[in-house]
Amino acid sequence: MNVTDFKPTTVYTIYIAATPEAVWQALTSAELSRKYFFGNAVEVELKVGGAYVVRPPDGSVHISGEVVECDPPRKLTVTFNVNWPALVEKLGPTLVSYEIEPAGDAVRLTMTESHDRPISDDILSGGRQGWPAILSSLKSLLETGKPLAVKMEPPTQMLDALKKLGIATP
Amino acid sequence: MPKPEFIYISYIETTPEKLWEALTSSEFTRLYWWNTSVVSDWTVGSPFSLVLNGKTTDVGEILEAERPRRLSYTFRHILNEAARQELPSRVTFVLEQYGKLVKLTLTHEDFAEGSVVIDGISKGWPAIMSSLKSLLESGTALVIPFDALFIADLEEVYRA
Repeated sequence: MNVTDFKPTTVYTIYIAATPEAVWQALTSAELSRKYFFGNAVEVELKVGGAYVVRPPDGSVHISGEVVECDPPRKLTVTFNVNWPALVEKLGPTLVSYEIEPAGDAVRLTMTESHDRPISDDILSGGRQGWPAILSSLKSLLETGKPLAVKMEPPTQMLDALKKLGIATP
Repeated sequence: MPKPEFIYISYIETTPEKLWEALTSSEFTRLYWWNTSVVSDWTVGSPFSLVLNGKTTDVGEILEAERPRRLSYTFRHILNEAARQELPSRVTFVLEQYGKLVKLTLTHEDFAEGSVVIDGISKGWPAIMSSLKSLLESGTALVIPFDALFIADLEEVYRA
């Protein structure tokens, strides 16, 4: 896999009143991610080639990947593959990169989702719906100590598009 | 090629009414928007402007004002010659109750081909919207220095 083959499809930038270290910890800690990431726990082995796993509360594997870049507390890039049968075979891998930069007393967090082939807007709608909610909640958690109570279902347009491609969804 | 547009979604623990107030009252905007005032009577057809340190940076006209759900205005950045030459773009805020939260969707679209304005607004809006969320949730807006954003013409006015 060559990172330079991947083109950004969704970018979300958010400024947070926190230190880069606190944002890094929130992105890489199972305990904190459970609070802002729809109850999902991020488990990551912080070295290039290390495993990256996202587990829902039932302990199963929802997303699995591998660490591609690891430069704490500045940059984390991982493959981010949703564990639905045939998804990776049909759509290729997904790359997610978090960049953390100081901006005065705050921090600019930029999330970039990239793909190595053209992906339809219908399929990308899942991430475009989810990322603002996840990262809004992460910001609230770090600034107020309380995450947001956001509940959402995957967008119908994405589920329909996946079905058409023969990708089974739960 | 799809037309360039900028979309920013934010989830905020507040009410649509408070968020509307924060978007349309200079008392609030000066706190989270680099001391910028929003000047309008917020009725359809009325002029709209953003004023920073006494200098008008952007102008437009109110297209929709449906308190507290939907606000839309045309937008023309007038601080530099290249931007002044462009046709106005369009800004729309949609405020939706989402459980105990408000989902705020900002769409900035209708940019001229080869727009120089879209670059600046793509850097500016995430900082403004992040600071607005902080103000409403924690009571304290963010202090984001202009030099972290690379919007040179605004930085000059801000520092004046």
